[in-house]
Amino acid sequence: MSIASTNGHGLSTAVPVATHAKVDTAGLAEKVSIKNLEFFYGDSRALKGISLSLYANKTTAFIGPSGCGKSTLLRILNRMYDLYPGQRATGDVIFDGDNLLRADQDINLLRARIGMVFQKPTPFPMSIYENIAFGVRLYESLPKAELDARVESALRRAALWDEVKDKLNANGQSLSGGQQQRLCIARTVAVKPEVILFDEPCSALDPISTAKIEELIDELKQDYTIVIVTHNMQQAARVSDFTAFMYLGELIEFGATETLFTTPKDSRTQAYITGRFG
Amino acid sequence: MAEHTLKRFDEELERLSSTISEMGGLAETALTQCLVALRQSDSEVAEQVIAADARVDALDIAVQEQTVKLLALRQPMAVDLRVILSSIKIAAALERIADYAKNTAKRTIVLNSVTAPPAAVTGIDRLGRLVRTALKDVLDAFAQGDVTKAHDVWTRDEEIDQVYTGLFRELLTYMMEDPRTITSCTHLLFMAKNIERAGDHVTNIAELVSFRTTGHGFDETRPKGSASLYAAGNAS
Repeated sequence: MSIASTNGHGLSTAVPVATHAKVDTAGLAEKVSIKNLEFFYGDSRALKGISLSLYANKTTAFIGPSGCGKSTLLRILNRMYDLYPGQRATGDVIFDGDNLLRADQDINLLRARIGMVFQKPTPFPMSIYENIAFGVRLYESLPKAELDARVESALRRAALWDEVKDKLNANGQSLSGGQQQRLCIARTVAVKPEVILFDEPCSALDPISTAKIEELIDELKQDYTIVIVTHNMQQAARVSDFTAFMYLGELIEFGATETLFTTPKDSRTQAYITGRFG
Repeated sequence: MAEHTLKRFDEELERLSSTISEMGGLAETALTQCLVALRQSDSEVAEQVIAADARVDALDIAVQEQTVKLLALRQPMAVDLRVILSSIKIAAALERIADYAKNTAKRTIVLNSVTAPPAAVTGIDRLGRLVRTALKDVLDAFAQGDVTKAHDVWTRDEEIDQVYTGLFRELLTYMMEDPRTITSCTHLLFMAKNIERAGDHVTNIAELVSFRTTGHGFDETRPKGSASLYAAGNAS
């Protein structure tokens, strides 16, 4: 990728690079490596030869117009498509050295290691405490005190603890939309995942709740690898380190976020991010 | 390039560019007219140059206001962001160029009450014409988004620097030969420096024309005049 320097005008003078030029990965650990990934809904091919890397402790954003395949790609990462017949993926998705797509993959364990937060907050119809403890109990049997501690730390991690510590027995669905989304993040964090997938996590939230979630994502990346799908390009620009622009099932451009949003290499990326599309 | 889905964004960007084009036209006129005033010892023309500067200042402020509004309301990305950022800097450069022309015009009025060596006046006129041509060309490059043309202007600054260095030495010689010319030659020296500085701003605009299109300036190191200019004063 480019080495940004500053010329006499104080403006960045990035050296141009090709669309799929090697990203400067010095000091970065590859957490997930996607190689030549194709995805089919029945006979229709939704993803075409996708290859990209997700780096540990970095946030990667997938952007692109509706139907470009960004959510499909996200859902492959924790095998969500297994829930639906007729959907299949080919290629490799190497997660810590293991091909995530292999048929005998332990899906439950995989989904604990790669957690997901959805577009619409999806708290279970149970207490705030149980919303978090429920998932933990699926994987571990902890003594009560430890479980309490896990619930508290997850809620703290999701910046929700101060707001709910006095009403842990209240129904999770009684919280506001932004709080519910943070509850879902706490639920994901509680099972100690390695990767967290966010699918349009703020599309149903007001700007203040959105800012809180974005701040949270920034903090969470110290411990996790984060992937976010968003329609909001400013959000992608604000929260991510790397951005992938997808169009019609193809990865058009992948690079450091600041490069992609200032000097995109592909004219389609440029058209999309500047609002000149279609 | 394709139009924005939001038509009003295109209109606002268009308006920003036309404000800059107007500034460019005024700066070019100021530079041309301050040389006319110098050649013809015409204080009236010089006064017109001085008076016209207020409009350039007002347009510079207009550009600042338009860019702040665009940044706040449109959240521009990529080429749009670069166009807007470079617009503020190009406007600032044009404002400086017009200022230098104004300063040169002011000195012309003072010069009209003393005797100046005609050859030195011709030298400044020559330097001024080089800068004015470069300014005209960089404004064309701006209007057409022509990076090659901008690069051509960028490389010409070397010649401007050389002519300035020659003038500097020439003026020193006049002053040493006849101390009665020190007042006029000092004014001429400042005028030469003003015009040379205007040339530097033209070079900056050339880089900005490249930046707005490609995202980077001209990377090669531009040939610079030698340090001998500063040694020249100590030569004797």
